This record gives sequence, structure tokens and C-alpha cells, in this order.
Amino acid sequence: MGNFSQKVDKFIEIFIAQNGYVKVIEGLKNTMLIAVLGLIIGIIIGTLIATVRVIPKYKVLPRILNGFCSFYVGLFRGTPMVVQLLVVYYVLLPIFGMKMTGVQVAVMVFGLNSGAYISEIMRSGILSVDHGQMEAGRAVGLSFGTTMMKIVIPQAVKNILPTLGNEFIALIKETSVVSFVGAADLYVAFNYIGSNSYEFMVPYLVMAMIYIVIVLVISAAIKIMERSLRKSDRRH
Amino acid sequence: MIDVINLKKKFGDNEILRGIDITIEKGDIVVVIGPSGSGKSTFLRCLNCMEDPTSGQIIFKGTDIADMKVDINEHRRHMGMVFQHFNLFNNKTVIENIMLAPVILQTKDLKKGRIKGTTKKQIKEEARENALKLLKRIGLEDKADVYPSTLSGGQKQRVAIVRALAMNPDVILFDEPTSALDPEMVGEVLDLMKELAKEGMTMVIVTHEMGFAKEVANKVIFIDEGKILESGTPKEFFGNPQNERLKEFLSKVLV
Repeated sequence: MGNFSQKVDKFIEIFIAQNGYVKVIEGLKNTMLIAVLGLIIGIIIGTLIATVRVIPKYKVLPRILNGFCSFYVGLFRGTPMVVQLLVVYYVLLPIFGMKMTGVQVAVMVFGLNSGAYISEIMRSGILSVDHGQMEAGRAVGLSFGTTMMKIVIPQAVKNILPTLGNEFIALIKETSVVSFVGAADLYVAFNYIGSNSYEFMVPYLVMAMIYIVIVLVISAAIKIMERSLRKSDRRH
Repeated sequence: MIDVINLKKKFGDNEILRGIDITIEKGDIVVVIGPSGSGKSTFLRCLNCMEDPTSGQIIFKGTDIADMKVDINEHRRHMGMVFQHFNLFNNKTVIENIMLAPVILQTKDLKKGRIKGTTKKQIKEEARENALKLLKRIGLEDKADVYPSTLSGGQKQRVAIVRALAMNPDVILFDEPTSALDPEMVGEVLDLMKELAKEGMTMVIVTHEMGFAKEVANKVIFIDEGKILESGTPKEFFGNPQNERLKEFLSKVLV
């Protein structure tokens, strides 16, 4: 294993002496930024779409909105994330003459993409809440939207929290493709260290460990959140 | 207070209500009975447009609320509803259940300038005070901060009734309020309803509690196959029923 310890030494040297850690911190920051902002945008978009999809459809406007939402979900679920990144960065931005950084594009695409997935998760969550909850809200004179926001969606979120957690974990892992549009994430950082030392074994091993630690921490956080949200179910 | 004129309701091709006419005056206690599937619950749910009537009119304080152009939320504030399965908001504590609608709706009124001389904070405090008073009335003030899942069925239904009361409604609609309760809890709910009746609350009640109908109602109606087949005071209704189907129904339920 003398060989391996040499590799470790080389990694440590570049990591510390040649400021490799700065790149890693930067990469970690971007990875988390893209995943967290993507999730937040995704939850907002997903909740809106899910709400539109459960509105009773007697009238024309809900029907049109519903058609648009189906199209949106189909579009984003029907293409790989990498393709969406490339299309936005290399096709849409030049066409519209807009300038955005790789990270900005990544946040946007991750938000739009997870919005499509979360809308389906949220819809199943909303459908899992007893219809009587909506009726009770409407019966006291609250509007559909208010009842949805104050009563139904909080209960739906509680029901789908584990699934939402999975979506977040999936997002974090998928950020490893954002280097396609020039965003410097964890992969880019460790790739830099590897290229500078011509030695990839240790950097990629450390990268894998960092991903695992992030996911474990998030899983634990979700468990704690779930427990506190479940307090309304407790009997004593 | 409520005039129902030729109310019809279809679900697809299935005609549930085939033309209901009834007038409900202020202070009336109307009990609706009928076999299951007769349309009595649908009738009640049409009164506050929980189900949109297919045709006909429901004139509530001078406005036809069956008209789809009417802002139904505005009118529902004045019509409380109590459900068979209580439908307390599971994500809210008992006191929040009672305060929620008054606070939200009055705050909205304040923003729109429909009420003046108060603040959001005051509205909340008043709603809280009122909710505590209501909870005290039903002897559940110690349950104010627990979630509904910890209450018994009877307690849930009494909270649901005071939740409706918190809006100061002109009328309360009861959709089989005791049908989902264990027998020993029926009494406490009916007692509360009797109290409301004594205080002059207008009530429309779909129920299978014939004893309650006899004692409290001033008008009993029998619905079957989507029509009112008989209506009258409890004395006439139970003492001297005319309609054949009502006689048959009563012979089955009054044993």
C-alpha cells in the first residue's frame, strides 16, 4: 500500500498547499446552491401545478391551465436533465440574446425540472388528504385557494415529506452534471485536483465520500422534520 | 330566511333531487328524514352550494345563491355546516380550528376596507377570546391547544359545532351529525344542539334521531326519491302520517 499512501500525500499536498480546498469549498457551495435553490423553485412550481391539476374543471380557464401544466410536466420528465441544461445554455440563451452564468442556468433548469417531478408528488399528497378537509374550509366561507394553502397543502406536505426528501437527494446527486454548462461543482473541483496531480484515485474517492456524507446528513434532517410535523397525529 | 324553489340536482344522468320546494324561516328547526339514498344529504349540501344545484333557486336573505355568478364564499360565512365525520382541520389545534376562519375572513374585510376601527392584532385577540368562551361553553377549554386527533368523537363534533358558531351564522346545516359517533357520545352532541335550538338558532338537520326530531323540531320533512313527500309539525308528522312510504319508513325506524 505504499503506493496508496503516496497518492494520499500527493492529494493532501495539492488540497492544502496548492489551494485545492478553495476549489472544493467553491464546488460544495455551488452544488448545494443549485440543489437547494432548485428544490425551492421546484416546490413552488410543483405546488402551483399540483393545485391547478386538482381544481374542479367545469370552467374554461382551469382546463387551459391544466393542459399547459400537462405539457410542461411531459416536457421536463421526457428529456434528460443534461439535455435540458445544454438546450437552455447553448440554444435558448443565444436565441434570446441573454447572458447567464453556468450556475444560474443550472439553478433554473434544476428548479424547472424538479417542479415537474414535485408536481406529481404533491398531487398525490393532495389527493391523500381527506376531501372533508377541503369541504370544511369551503363551508366556513374560505376560498379554494385559502383552504388549499392553510389546510390541505400543509397536510399533503406532511404525507409526502419522505418522497420530497428523496427528490432533494436525487437533485444533489444530479448536480454532478452541471459542469456540462461550465458550472463549477464538486466534480469540477476534484477533477481539477486530479488533473493537477495526474492522480485521480484519491480525489474521486474523497468526492464520493463527501456526497455520501451530504446525503446522510440530509436524510437525518428529514427524519427530524418529519417527526416534528407528525405532532398533530400524536395521541396521548 | 331560505327559500328553496324547484331545486333539482343531477349527478350525470342520475336525478337525485327532483324538484324541492321549502321555506325555512328564522328560528326554524327543520329536521330532514328519509331512507338512505333518498337525497336528503344532497338537499342539505345544496343549501350552501357544497353541491351546485342543477336547476332551481335557493334564495338566502334575498340573494339567489344557486346562481353561479354569486360569490358563494360571502354567503357561506353566514351558513354554518356540521359534517358527519366532523372534518376538523387536522393540522390545526382545537382553538386554531375555531379561530381560523373568523381571523382570515375579518382580516380580508379589513384590507378591503369593509370593516374599520380595528387592527389585525385586535381581530386575532377577539377571535381567541371568543373561541375560548365557546370552548368553555362546551367544557373543553383545557383542550384548546391539543390537536383534534386526541379528542373523542363526541368532543370533535362539539368542537365542530362551535367552530360553526364562531362565524355567528344565521343558520347551521347539520349533515347526520351523530351518525359517526359511538352511542354513548350521541347524547352530548344532541344536548348541545338542543341548547342552540333553545337560543333561537335556525337549524336544518339531517338525522336518524327520531327522538330528537320529535322533541326539538318545529318542522319535520320526509324526503324520498328526491322529493318532499310529507312535511309538518312533529306532532302531525309522527302522530298522523299520511304518506304511505312515510308510514312504512316510520314503522321500520320507530321500534
